[in-house]
Amino acid sequence: MRPFSYERPRTLAAAIRILEATGTAATALAGGTDLIIDLRDGSVRPDVVVDLKGIDEIEAGIREEGDRLVIGARAVMEDIAADPRVRRDFIALAEAAAVVGSVQIRNRATLAGNICNASPAADTTPALLVYGAQVVAVGSGGGRRISIDDFLIGPGVTALAPGELVAGIELPLPTQRRGAVHVRRTRRRGHDLASVTLACAVFEGGSVRLAYGSVGPRPWLVTDDSGVLADPAASAEAWTAILEPLLAAASPSPRSMRAGPEYRLAMLRVLARRALDVANRRLTNGATA
Amino acid sequence: MTDLSPIQVIVNGRVRAVRVTPHHTLLEFLRDDLGLTGSKECCLVGECGACTVLLDGRSVDSCLVLAVEADGGEVTTVEGIAAEGRLTLVQQAFLDHGAAQCGFCIPGQIVSAHALLAANAHPTRADVEEGLAGNLCRCAGYEQIIEAVLAAAGRYAAASADHGTAARARAAGSPDPAVRLDPAATPDARLAPQ
Repeated sequence: MRPFSYERPRTLAAAIRILEATGTAATALAGGTDLIIDLRDGSVRPDVVVDLKGIDEIEAGIREEGDRLVIGARAVMEDIAADPRVRRDFIALAEAAAVVGSVQIRNRATLAGNICNASPAADTTPALLVYGAQVVAVGSGGGRRISIDDFLIGPGVTALAPGELVAGIELPLPTQRRGAVHVRRTRRRGHDLASVTLACAVFEGGSVRLAYGSVGPRPWLVTDDSGVLADPAASAEAWTAILEPLLAAASPSPRSMRAGPEYRLAMLRVLARRALDVANRRLTNGATA
Repeated sequence: MTDLSPIQVIVNGRVRAVRVTPHHTLLEFLRDDLGLTGSKECCLVGECGACTVLLDGRSVDSCLVLAVEADGGEVTTVEGIAAEGRLTLVQQAFLDHGAAQCGFCIPGQIVSAHALLAANAHPTRADVEEGLAGNLCRCAGYEQIIEAVLAAAGRYAAASADHGTAARARAAGSPDPAVRLDPAATPDARLAPQ
């Protein structure tokens, strides 16, 4: 690994100061499960690595604040997947966090790191899109909220400005009953990156939010208010007529080694139907997630 | 750029106060500085789990943790799992079930199995498969490994029904009585590179 110096600031202000002073030569470190691989293969070559785990203002916990659930930027996947409030109100996020990497990875990897890494195949981003998550970014000019849809720009690219950090991720608490789920397709069971990753929520009013990833440069959110997809008795043809335009944004890369574009597009349609089935069933069974 | 960073880490119950280069991983520190070569270097991308150790009681791939990040923490490697020369029930079950073939992945498998049983005293087969999904075995000895972990869980349950010892140890956050760290552990100046 190429040498670098290591800073472990105690305050957010100190971290931002280092990042601003060092510019592109500094890299923020949270869980490290992506970054350390990049440091080793030389694809990221910082002079300074700024470890955020010594900063008390960046929380490792999950808490309710008013009408939102706030997931601290140091919260790791294993804790998010097991959190009773996440499981009750944001089951698709819990399910997505539970399939990231392996236990060893989930004990280190953070949700904030997952979105900052901005992999098109990230498992948590479809659920965050479905739930309308807001990213809390902090820089020398203060804090701002960025919708996850605006935050994710392209592979490895986010709306975060130089010197800005993610302090947390906010999820609006549900205001109406809904059923939700995360599903994905991988090459092998267990530990693998997704060939298709998808989350959806069906609301009691009949509207649907659906987001899919690993089939384009960034995950894609679509909504439908026709009520057809919330009707389990609707015909397969009726679902197809609604679903096809919703899934039209998928454009899988032909260069990916995990799966070919034809397979991904076919599986996207299978997963969308399966997810809608499960979400509808969960809604019927009285879930709020 | 290559300044040494002072860190203090408890490794297998001993305090190690050392200076490390920031770009060295916890795995390199354990193997190269401390000579604890039970943790294996293999894929270096967090897929194989051969380098699995417990960091503050949680299983991690030590190839994906910088040594400096472990400052102030507590590390248990496979060398620290057994105590006083006695195998843990997990280790004995691996022997009994022929779970170790070439042996390369076994340190990581053992550490992951302990972490799993610490978190879940009564795992199902699916729980074991998921709990050990981050540990690859290229001999493909998965069946014997899964059986060994399930058998060890059963023996812990029986032991705890008899004495309550394992249950108390698990409640205290330790996988089993043998991996509890000695609270009286003192710095080992002889082994700590300064």
